[in-house]
Amino acid sequence: MSDETILKVDDLKVWFDVKKQGAMPWVKARKLKAIDGVSFELKAGETLGIVGESGCGKSTLARAVMQMLPVEAGSVVWLGAELVGLDTRHMRSHRKEMQMIFQDPLASLNPRMTIGQIIAEPLKTHFPSLSGDEMKKRVQDVLDTVGILPNLVNRYPHEFSGGQCQRIGIARALVVDPQLIICDEPVSALDVSIQAQVINLLMDLQKETGVALIFIAHDLSVVKHISDRVMVLYLGNVMEIAPARALYAKPMHPYTEALIAAVPIPDPKREKAKQIMLLDQDLPSPLDPPSGCVFRTRCPIAERRCAEEKPLLRDTGEDHKVACHLR
Amino acid sequence: MTNISLNPQQPKTAAMAERMAEVSGRSLWADARTRFLRNKAAMVSLVVLILVALFAFFGQYLTPWDNETIDWNVLGNTKELGRPSLANGHYFGFGESGRDLYSRVVQGTQISLMVGVVGAAIAVIVGTIYGAVAGFVGGRVDSAMMRFVDIAMSIPYMFVLILLLVVFGRSIVMLFVGIGLTAWLDMSRIVRGQTLSIKNKEYIEAAVATGVPTFTIIRRHIVPNLLGVVAVYATLLVPSMILTESFISFLGLGVQEPLTSWGALISEGVKTMNYGMLWQLFFPLTFFVITIFAFFFIGDGLRDALDPKDR
Ligand code: SF4
Repeated sequence: MSDETILKVDDLKVWFDVKKQGAMPWVKARKLKAIDGVSFELKAGETLGIVGESGCGKSTLARAVMQMLPVEAGSVVWLGAELVGLDTRHMRSHRKEMQMIFQDPLASLNPRMTIGQIIAEPLKTHFPSLSGDEMKKRVQDVLDTVGILPNLVNRYPHEFSGGQCQRIGIARALVVDPQLIICDEPVSALDVSIQAQVINLLMDLQKETGVALIFIAHDLSVVKHISDRVMVLYLGNVMEIAPARALYAKPMHPYTEALIAAVPIPDPKREKAKQIMLLDQDLPSPLDPPSGCVFRTRCPIAERRCAEEKPLLRDTGEDHKVACHLR
Repeated sequence: MTNISLNPQQPKTAAMAERMAEVSGRSLWADARTRFLRNKAAMVSLVVLILVALFAFFGQYLTPWDNETIDWNVLGNTKELGRPSLANGHYFGFGESGRDLYSRVVQGTQISLMVGVVGAAIAVIVGTIYGAVAGFVGGRVDSAMMRFVDIAMSIPYMFVLILLLVVFGRSIVMLFVGIGLTAWLDMSRIVRGQTLSIKNKEYIEAAVATGVPTFTIIRRHIVPNLLGVVAVYATLLVPSMILTESFISFLGLGVQEPLTSWGALISEGVKTMNYGMLWQLFFPLTFFVITIFAFFFIGDGLRDALDPKDR
């Protein structure tokens, strides 16, 4: 990991227009604030974990960074270049520098293409001048790197297991030598033992190539192992962002505390003795978020001030930032 | 859960040994073909269909009689003299107006198959393009395009077809226009739905994330995944085209003399049924029925073979 900042996201907002089904054309759409002012930075070779319940905007954030969704406001600076508002052609040249792997490994591979064709697609798009042999060589090399026999290039995705499909997805991301791979819940569809293999593979690759990772997951235990820093999202807002160790050892935000409490401890005695702090209510609708602190409807220590004033993300020292009035 | 480590050494050595021999994979198409070949009803139907097609193209060469000459001797007493007979070469006997029925059936088969195949092709091409565009572009364009389809579908098409034929005269071109105008509507709906579901697949997203140009995405990712559904629907569309044409011809509005079709021949056969000249109904009807059945079985077989359960 170097100190060079490769990605700087500043006050990013992604709003969707939502209309009731069958609404008249002149009815004004409501704004769904999927991402409401998120800022963070990423250094070269670093891994940032992003955690939150489903519906908190993790995947939207990933796609907004990749410019796959229209951004309402804010900026995304990638290697010194502003990406928001960039036209398709200029954006395309940046796409080989940031790749993505997806949640459902099988669904992310076109069933009608061989894995060789699938992995070669980014190469074909960004290096059309490569000869067939060079491409094949490169594809076989990355297959080897992710632990799949290179002689299987002519097989189709449905002939592989979920874990193997995810390796193929990783190979596709890796083939153009990106500087950042965004992993959108890459292991939540896999068995636990396979999860560990995929995570270890990603860590090994990072060591080898120095690629930076943004690793999205819905529970803290998965990101704990791989992340240098962890960001906790709730309803499109950053609740807490801190170095992984500090976050687990000394969580500051009540929401982070609840998430950590939800992770089972592999010791029955301690698990029983643990103070139960469950989030009983459902996530409020992002169409109609609570006033003030978005977490206040579920916060065990909420005060009056929480309803009136939105807490800002505040640095408490040692790179530990939290958005809460009381901490 | 984290103590299972990856051993990169092992696959590497194995790869060295096996790199020489590339294993070939089984594509979904290959899978589908195997499943289709195993389907007996579909295979029999395919053979039947090929025979019918051969009959349409080459049947005329097997008989010395053409489909125009009227045998005036037979005309007055078709019931006695016009029976099917291998001896005089009138294999199917004579038709109502003293013409060789075998040659007439060959001619009718040609016309009916042509109407079916061309009609279905028009519907498939127009419907696929329309539906794929609506589905992929989405938004307002999609809404407008599909509302138009809804409106067009709410008009009873048989009524429109008959009106067209009455107003603009009965010609085979008008028949094509009339059938073509309505048949693509269903197709466009099916293709649009399919496009929408493919558009939301993660492999499309993966292609977008990589920066693959839109047109390449449609060509490389959407169209190949649409083909299965289109193929099934097209095979099922052909018999329904033939049925429509036959119905119209049966009413006397469709194909006109001297041309003929299965529907027209059946219509003639029905008129003489009471006089005991059953062969005039039997031969065209048999061809009609087995062809329709063959198409349906093949369509069914294709659907089973291409069933996208494994996607
Ligand atoms: S600001 Fe108030 S409601 Fe929000 S987390 Fe802190 S204490 Fe809870």
